[in-house]
Amino acid sequence: MHVIFSLLAVIVLIAIAYAGVAGAGMTYLFGVVIPYAAVITFFLGLILKVLKWGRSAVPFNIPTTCGQQKSLPWIKPNSVDNPTSTGGVLARMFFEVLTMRSLFRNTKLDYRVAHGQPVIRQGSEKFLWLFAILFHYSFLVVLLWHLRFFMEPVPKLVGVIEALDGFFEFGLPQLLLSGVILVAMAGALLDRRLRMPNIRYISLTSDYFPLFLIMGIGITGILMRYLLRVDITAIKELTMSLAVMKPVIPQAPIDPLFYAHIFLVSVLFAYFPFSKLMHMPGVFMSPTRNLTTNSREVRHVNPWNYPVKTHTYDEYEEDFRDLMIEAGLPVEHNPAEEAAAAEGGGEAAEAEPEAPEEKKE
Amino acid sequence: MYNAGKIITGLVIFVVIFTLPLWWQVGKAAPPAPKPELPKTAKVCVEDTAYMRTSHMQLLNDWRNAVVRDQDRVYVGKDGKKYSMSLTNDCMACHNDKKKFCDQCHNYLAVAPYCWDCHLTPEQVKESK
Repeated sequence: MHVIFSLLAVIVLIAIAYAGVAGAGMTYLFGVVIPYAAVITFFLGLILKVLKWGRSAVPFNIPTTCGQQKSLPWIKPNSVDNPTSTGGVLARMFFEVLTMRSLFRNTKLDYRVAHGQPVIRQGSEKFLWLFAILFHYSFLVVLLWHLRFFMEPVPKLVGVIEALDGFFEFGLPQLLLSGVILVAMAGALLDRRLRMPNIRYISLTSDYFPLFLIMGIGITGILMRYLLRVDITAIKELTMSLAVMKPVIPQAPIDPLFYAHIFLVSVLFAYFPFSKLMHMPGVFMSPTRNLTTNSREVRHVNPWNYPVKTHTYDEYEEDFRDLMIEAGLPVEHNPAEEAAAAEGGGEAAEAEPEAPEEKKE
Repeated sequence: MYNAGKIITGLVIFVVIFTLPLWWQVGKAAPPAPKPELPKTAKVCVEDTAYMRTSHMQLLNDWRNAVVRDQDRVYVGKDGKKYSMSLTNDCMACHNDKKKFCDQCHNYLAVAPYCWDCHLTPEQVKESK
């Protein structure tokens, strides 16, 4: 149900763009208005959501650790997996963001029946990490060489990335591996969701939709580059006019496939702040990763703590001292006795506070 | 807000990186669209303009394969006219100025075709003689 709905949603989105451009000729709407609106939604939505996250406190010191905590001097601490300094936290975040370390260390429950006996083990899940990291890095490379449509002159680095990506020089235009890997890995991640019953059980529309959307973007892109062919000079005229904020629809016709592609990208941008894709800023803000593991050294005070109104025993005695002395009740400070003790010498006065101490508790 | 300094710094870095194409060329006019100079001698190419604009590189790739692998040097255009499959001798007989024709769009889109690793432009041919 979730799968079919997501797939249909993406197909309908493509159909909308096709119908809007090829049928109704709304090139300005799909080429300018919607992309701008989507990008504004992306930035505003993301910033507002991150600020909202920033307003919520971290009530506990809750880093997850994968190594020995710093304790006695002769026990070797693991300063990256269990960091007690800012440098250690930066190192852990570096590996988390760039190598997806916690996903690499992820385990999955492995249940199988062997010799008629059920066996439950913790198995490694390296393929998930492999698919995920290839997916993310190929997406990054695809984004980077798309800069050639938004910058003039195109930075040298973009050309270098594109040359490396098309290293094998398959066909003309040269096959860029990143695009193929991106779609293939999205497919592999989708396949994993569909094939593993426990993962499928917890998968929702919000899991399938972004996958189908990204696959749709990748496939329309691949079709434009290698198979159906579009006029990229005209496309760059449009995208450059968007980048310099003086939008113009070029005179040379652009294939509706391009508008389908840019419409799917717009949907991705607009959907981003309201989806699971917010793990992009979220990874930087996960307390289990970015807090120092110094729970034994530093007291972590919950900033949420309500300022509780207290009335201590001292204040209580202050209110009722005279009445208490009059009734013969023991008090911690008896002005009359203290005055007498001061006259009689220091020894008695020093000994006195010890007895009332018990009363306090 | 908690850790406001770090969060806002992070957001600023994010916005600066993600809006690179906007501030890189802020206030500039969109660069003029490339205008490849069309040959004065001929009016028609081997295929129609729309096809040539989008797919000339695939045509040239097919030509290369046909000539190099199958020794097939004759291309029959849509109108039935026969052409010799040669970049330097045929294409560049009409489109004789690489800078004014090929490079116009290629530079605009940062495309670096490897045609010229082997092929010579008519000027280079003249120089070599």
